[in-house]
Amino acid sequence: MGSLAKSVVTLAALAVAGAGWASEIGDPEKGAAVFKKNCSACHDVGKDARNRVGPQLNGIYGRTAGVVTGVTYSPSMIRMGNDGLIWTAETLDAYLENPRALVSKTRMSFRGLDDPQKRDDLLAYLRVYSDNPANIPEAEPTARGTDHDLDPAILAIQGDPEYGEYLASECQTCHQASGANDGIPGISGWPDEDFVVAMHAYKRKLRPHPVMQMMAGRLSDEEIAALAAYFKDLE
Amino acid sequence: MTLNRRIFLGTGAAAAATLAAPAVFAAGHGKPRVVVVGGGAGGATAARYIAKDSKGEIAVTLIEPTRQYYTCFFSNLYLGGFKEMDDLGHSYGGLAAGGVNVVHDYAVGVDRDTKMVALASGGSVPYDKLILSPGIDFVDGAVEGWDLSAQNAMPHAYKGGSQTELLKAQLMAMPEGGTFAMVAPPNPYRCPPGPYERISMVAHYLKANNPTAKILVADPKEKFSKQSLFQEGWSNHYSGMIDWIGSDFGGGNVVVDPDAMTLSIDGEVTSVDVCNVIPAMKAGHIAELAGVTEGNWAPVNAADMSSKADADIYVLGDSAQQGDMPKSGFSANSQAKVCANAVRGALTGSKVFPAKFSNTCWSLIDTNDGVKVGATYEATPEKIAKVDGFISATGETAELRKTTYEESEGWYAGITADMFGA
Repeated sequence: MGSLAKSVVTLAALAVAGAGWASEIGDPEKGAAVFKKNCSACHDVGKDARNRVGPQLNGIYGRTAGVVTGVTYSPSMIRMGNDGLIWTAETLDAYLENPRALVSKTRMSFRGLDDPQKRDDLLAYLRVYSDNPANIPEAEPTARGTDHDLDPAILAIQGDPEYGEYLASECQTCHQASGANDGIPGISGWPDEDFVVAMHAYKRKLRPHPVMQMMAGRLSDEEIAALAAYFKDLE
Repeated sequence: MTLNRRIFLGTGAAAAATLAAPAVFAAGHGKPRVVVVGGGAGGATAARYIAKDSKGEIAVTLIEPTRQYYTCFFSNLYLGGFKEMDDLGHSYGGLAAGGVNVVHDYAVGVDRDTKMVALASGGSVPYDKLILSPGIDFVDGAVEGWDLSAQNAMPHAYKGGSQTELLKAQLMAMPEGGTFAMVAPPNPYRCPPGPYERISMVAHYLKANNPTAKILVADPKEKFSKQSLFQEGWSNHYSGMIDWIGSDFGGGNVVVDPDAMTLSIDGEVTSVDVCNVIPAMKAGHIAELAGVTEGNWAPVNAADMSSKADADIYVLGDSAQQGDMPKSGFSANSQAKVCANAVRGALTGSKVFPAKFSNTCWSLIDTNDGVKVGATYEATPEKIAKVDGFISATGETAELRKTTYEESEGWYAGITADMFGA
């Protein structure tokens, strides 16, 4: 009895969410223009889409990162995919805002889209070529994640490199100071803003790795800034 | 030879006569002196960090008997054929180059009143702060029929080096269809997943070289670390080969006979071809000689790893009774950094930052089938307390398991560089 009542409520909620999706995730027509301007030099989407410098983007929602055959991915993209990075509205949004925030050494040489509205429009456009969520209410990206934009005040924190050096000793059990990149990526000399954005992406579980989610999860904003200040100057 | 504190005090005159030994003293004159006993994951890391971060303000002496250190972590991968013994060996040249006075000797006594460490060769070394990181020793009489004199017939292989090589040689010499037995240790012990990774690696070797052989495990525990992951892996890769007998079926009621090469489990006697006896463990003996142990282990304060018995002695790694952290190389390395920061602060007034601890243990089940477990920890007034953790899941993709194994290799390179400064 209870579960039946619950199902009815859930269906009603889905109907409401379904009706509202377009305005939540943007305008696909505007997104087509964003795609043409920013993405189409390397990516195809739609009928007859094929892989080019980057993978074709039909069915991108729900796809694991780095798995399209015939595409040359960066080792970090393949690692992220193996670790469980799946393209959802939330992870795509983070990736489009700052590709390196999500995948440190991605081959996608695109600096990112700062304007959240443009990202929303682009996401709406790409979704046209994934399973149609109007027909599949539970499909991505009906469940829109929380806004992931990092507060500029967090990026503005000046870290204490001495504290960073102490905290970094914990990182260097695995990430070698030499910057060696086998099995575990090197993080020495990482630009501080990318470092901060990436740590917060782990903290919010946008980046998939469980060890890093745990390690970043207990770092305060100041501690992340301190680590970034230390690692950026490490040769 | 054993030397307790009382006896050592009695030899004070002899010790004083050796105070001028220049090899030990030249670097330390006039500076605060830190002596580290044990050059493994805890001791090497602590020595390296104190020397590096104090920039010559502190004289650091490391006492470690072996000139070439073979890690116990990853030694199972040598048994499985994934690593060569040379891959596990590390010299102390990097530490010496980094300013650590490396003394290859055994510490055989600690006089806490005069703050001196006695060496087996007869000299002694004074300290202002002493860091003990001696790893493990075995509890006498823990397995009926076994003592250290039997360790050639029935190796423990739970300290890296010659014992590991011996066990591998015995594994390779097993007759076709023979039995490899393990007596697993009770809690707490070094490297909780270690015995079960070892079973996996032995099974990997046997599957390729002696596929009708059997593995018999007598375990005094009801459950063990990463159990569901190991058991899934054993059933996927080594179906029918491994018989694990837990405490509910008498796995804790064991008698071995090293002469007859038999293992009795709950009264049932089996002839075995290899018997890997991993007895109950205790703190490395020097901790006991220093008088900082209670029972089998040395209780410490979580904030800085200082001994609860002596504020000028710190105990790291397997020997420490610290709370929630597992005994592992990763844990020892993590504790060493907290300790190094605190010791440096105490001796030079440098800034002391809050303690943060972490651990991750990777295990290999079969080729490219790696799993891991880990956690973060913080210091509370009572103990090192767990904050957060994770463990690999059963049914993970082959790609993820391969990535996890590659990650463990990256970690090995990372932690050994962090320990030895190579």
